[in-house]
Amino acid sequence: MFDFLSEYDVLGAFWLTVQLTFFSAIGALIWGTILAGMRVSPVPLMRGFATAYINLMRNTPLTLIILACSLGLNQTLGMTLAGQNFEQQNYRLAILGFIAYTATFVCESIRSGINTVPVGQAEAARALGLGFTQVLGIVVLPQAFRSVIGPLTSVLIALTKNTTIASTIGVAEASLLMSEMIENESDKIFLVFAIFALGFVILTLPTGLILGWVAKKAAVKR
Amino acid sequence: MSTATSAPPMIKASGVNKYFGDLHVLKEIDFEVPRGQVVVVLGPSGSGKSTLCRAINRLEPINSGEIQVDGKPLPAEGKALAALRADVGMVFQQFNLFAHKTILDNVTLAPQKVRKVSSGDARKTAMELLERVGIADQAQKYPAQLSGGQQQRAAIARALAMRPKVMLFDEPTSALDPEMVQEVLDTMTSLADEGMTMLVVTHEMGFARRAAHRVVFMSDGEIVEDSTPSDFFTAPKSERAKDFLGKILTH
Ligand SMILES: Nc1ncnc2c1ncn2[C@@H]1O[C@H](COP(=O)(O)OP(=O)(O)OP(=O)(O)O)[C@@H](O)[C@H]1O
Ligand SMILES: [Mg+2]
Repeated sequence: MFDFLSEYDVLGAFWLTVQLTFFSAIGALIWGTILAGMRVSPVPLMRGFATAYINLMRNTPLTLIILACSLGLNQTLGMTLAGQNFEQQNYRLAILGFIAYTATFVCESIRSGINTVPVGQAEAARALGLGFTQVLGIVVLPQAFRSVIGPLTSVLIALTKNTTIASTIGVAEASLLMSEMIENESDKIFLVFAIFALGFVILTLPTGLILGWVAKKAAVKR
Repeated sequence: MSTATSAPPMIKASGVNKYFGDLHVLKEIDFEVPRGQVVVVLGPSGSGKSTLCRAINRLEPINSGEIQVDGKPLPAEGKALAALRADVGMVFQQFNLFAHKTILDNVTLAPQKVRKVSSGDARKTAMELLERVGIADQAQKYPAQLSGGQQQRAAIARALAMRPKVMLFDEPTSALDPEMVQEVLDTMTSLADEGMTMLVVTHEMGFARRAAHRVVFMSDGEIVEDSTPSDFFTAPKSERAKDFLGKILTH
């Protein structure tokens, strides 16, 4: 029954999904943290930029963002992100799109985390002579992160599933292979669906479990 | 004072006004804390004591007037303000120890990040200070694992680690269980005995009598009396002070 699988590189496709998720997650975490810092900064221009950026990105369909990266940035503006060929360029552009989009959710999670840190923590830090970035980086964000590992896990799981949208610009991740298999193996559609659904569960379930455990360990006691 | 012309007072407020919206919280405040003095601020709830205390390191900006620390006007913001705050120790009612750091890390953090002291030196000083406030054995614990009194002593050690010129205390014992008040007051008294300049907002009349050089009585955003503890407690001049003391003594 599973013989047909040997004709397809299912593991290879999922490996690309993992890579897309991994690099997008790292990027989104960094950019999202910077955005969160901007949103609470005393500089009005920074706050304004971050707010506008988030409202724009969060309310735009991801498919549109990914297409805009490929058609707009790459084909019209000639941005290649140092990719050697069309495939590599689209792979990198997809990651850029995922970072730009997912960072808004990371930012909003972190900002809700910042709200759980008592104001006295930042006041004590300021009273000791720490500057804004030190107060944020040393005192507020480390505590904020610990309280939002749960919400960030949801963002990560959503991101894992969202990477399927990269198939719209031809990145050969899991869902692109699935479409191909559905066309070729029309008698085994449900089996193909089941295999890919299982594949995503195998990716996301342990993530949720491990990070749930980490969240408990890291919680700040007050 | 003989050195008045050469050394400015540690804290000097002149004509300070502060509003929260329409609420006039500090009204034309003029006062000084000379070097080496311990000044206790008393007054009913809502009279502006905390606001005055917080205005001195600009945690609360003022609307008009001027505050000087060690002869220099408070900088508006940025690096200069951070540098001033590094020289002014502050102890809060709610301790505000960094919850995600050990007691030792709480004390070494600012000297390392602000004063750029090496980690070895910062650690050595921190352990000496923790020893002095009597909680050296708690150094590796997290704030939530300590009693309130221990946390407040740790917070005092954290402020002292910056070698401040002056210490501000805003009701340091008000959040403590009664049996822990004395250990914190003892720490503060010994600090006063060593000549630290201190501004202390408190309801602890015993501390005011014993340790204060001066008592400042505030009511409705004004400084109503400024006198020695013995004068204030035995012969208050204003009706508001008499009223306040009457309530405290009958309690
Ligand atoms: N952030 C704020 N926003 C608006 N009003 C405030 C703020 N902080 C204090 N107030 C008001 O300003 C007045 C003075 O407050 P302050 O905290 O200085 O009083 P206090 O003398 O310290 O009182 P307590 O003994 O209760 O601590 C009060 O009426 C208070 O409600
Ligand atoms: Mg107060």
